[in-house]
Amino acid sequence: MENHSIIKIENLVKSFPVGKGEFIALDNLSLGFEKGEFAGLVGPSGSGKTTLLNIIGSLDTPSKGKVMVLDKSVSELTNRQSAQLRNKHIGFIFQTFNLLPVYNVFENVEFALLLQKMSANERKKAVMDALEWVGLTEKVKSRPSMLSGGECQRVAIARSMVKRPEIVLADEPTANLDSKNSHNILQTMKNLNRELKTTFIFATHDEKVMQYLDRIISLEDGKVSKDEKVKDPKN
Amino acid sequence: MIRFIFKGVIRDKSRSLIPVIIVSAGVFLTVFLSSYFAGVFGDMIDLSARFTTGHVKVVTRAYAENEDQMPLDLALLEVGSLKTQLNAAYPDMEWVERIHFGGLLDVPDENGETRAQGPAIGTAIDLLSPGSTEIARMSIQESIAKGSIPSKPGEALISEGFAQKFAVSVGDEITIFGSTMNGSMMFKTFIISGTLNFGNAFLDRGAVFIDLRDAQLALDMEDASSEILGYFNDGVYNDAKALQVTESFNSSYNVPEDEFSPQMMRLVDQNELGQYLSLAEHMSSIFILVFVMAMSIVLWNTGLLGGLRRYSEYGIRLALGEEKKHIFYTTLLEAAIIGVIGSVFGTVLGLAGAYYLQTYGLNLSGMMDNVGMMMPAVLRSKITPELFYIGFFPGVIATVFGNALAGYAIYKRKTSRLFKELEV
Repeated sequence: MENHSIIKIENLVKSFPVGKGEFIALDNLSLGFEKGEFAGLVGPSGSGKTTLLNIIGSLDTPSKGKVMVLDKSVSELTNRQSAQLRNKHIGFIFQTFNLLPVYNVFENVEFALLLQKMSANERKKAVMDALEWVGLTEKVKSRPSMLSGGECQRVAIARSMVKRPEIVLADEPTANLDSKNSHNILQTMKNLNRELKTTFIFATHDEKVMQYLDRIISLEDGKVSKDEKVKDPKN
Repeated sequence: MIRFIFKGVIRDKSRSLIPVIIVSAGVFLTVFLSSYFAGVFGDMIDLSARFTTGHVKVVTRAYAENEDQMPLDLALLEVGSLKTQLNAAYPDMEWVERIHFGGLLDVPDENGETRAQGPAIGTAIDLLSPGSTEIARMSIQESIAKGSIPSKPGEALISEGFAQKFAVSVGDEITIFGSTMNGSMMFKTFIISGTLNFGNAFLDRGAVFIDLRDAQLALDMEDASSEILGYFNDGVYNDAKALQVTESFNSSYNVPEDEFSPQMMRLVDQNELGQYLSLAEHMSSIFILVFVMAMSIVLWNTGLLGGLRRYSEYGIRLALGEEKKHIFYTTLLEAAIIGVIGSVFGTVLGLAGAYYLQTYGLNLSGMMDNVGMMMPAVLRSKITPELFYIGFFPGVIATVFGNALAGYAIYKRKTSRLFKELEV
């Protein structure tokens, strides 16, 4: 693993107004992620996991502090720049898959590339490569409604990986999957992490996910309570 | 991206079907009703032109002021010479003389005594000249209920209602009492050659048609007539041309100090037909305005509901790196696609309906018995070139506008706030 920091978080505070007061979701949090990490943010609900993922994904901005993603300060990005950052460098995987129901597998994965200036042939090759990574090349014409939950999450992984991003942010990716599918999905992501050196950051409280992580960051009340490397993660 | 959006629109029926139906219905109504009004108003004006106003009409200044009374003493004189001059000056128009007169229609019994009597409204047109266009212009052949058109002097046509009221039939004698142009008493007997039914109370009530030459002789109107009507040879009223002809004629012939000098009037200057024409023209604009506003409100709501249903999709697209501005733009593009599809359907349906009504018409003759207006008994729509786009563009605009209102929230919300709201 290269020792190259791609995400730097310094004294991050994120607060939301609640009535006349405010709720502090992230409280003076400092963290760093290096290229190729397979790390997880763990903690109970309300600990700030999703908020942190959203700020790293430039979907949200810090109230205070500094968040640098791929050497870009999230606070200073314009709408267009943050959209470009997500489009080219960050992939998202969600708990509920969030595939577009009217499009088939190929089109769902292709959508991520439509915003980039690629020819149809280039797109086709990239989509088929991504579907091959997740083992779904025979389901290209299927609609999401025809797929199992595990297959839907594989499509979501292919969609997040098709543009070969540096970072993939996965928010509870196994919450809607059974044990077998969860392991398959995690295995797939672990393989991609190894082969493509993509940094994976999870928000989870699923023990199955934790088995695969090589770094576990525990959050509690918006603060890092523990940050430890796992010596022998599952591969 | 357009192909992608198009696929979504076609596949997702809940996204496209209701808006397409709404737009189609609105465009259909706009096209169909526009054609209907164009047809009905056009037919009313055409009917008026053929029976009373011409495309232009020449009368004396004094006659124009008292036209309702049909004052023969204010009629045009030396009409033969005037017609020759009109034919020479305006060769692309046809000029015809007519005489309108009022009187009493008397029906004698077998002893020659009055059996029945009633007021009559007489119209004298050229019925007997070979090649006269008046019979066709007034649809007399088509309106014959019994008998036939007069074939020789001394014959008359009366309305079928009149004939039934006085219990007379083809071949019977009637006598018309009235006054001549010079104010002396006139009575002349005619043989009924046929009865007429125009299907319109305004035209049928007390109507008597005789040949122009018979009227001139009976009413002491040698080389005189109530009016000279001018018709464009193509049969279509053209206001710009009519204005040109009228101004040209009046500048040469109309003498303000001479109440008997001829004056020419356009169709739109008579019987408030100008207002009807204006109404017909504005009706389409009113439809379009109402349509765009109503459709925009309906489609705004549809867009809002669709937007709520697709919140998750918008969230995904934000996460995938699409700008909210681009999402808004594609929403409008999608609306434009739906608008085009709906507008094409609506226009085709509207034209089909208009074609049907233009071909077969809506026969309201049974309801026209007491109608005092000059309007056709069979209402027909009219297909005009404007119908091909009159509903189309408003259909697209209303859809885009409605969706723009619905999508405005996406455009204005902060990305972070929007993403939270988008339930991803």
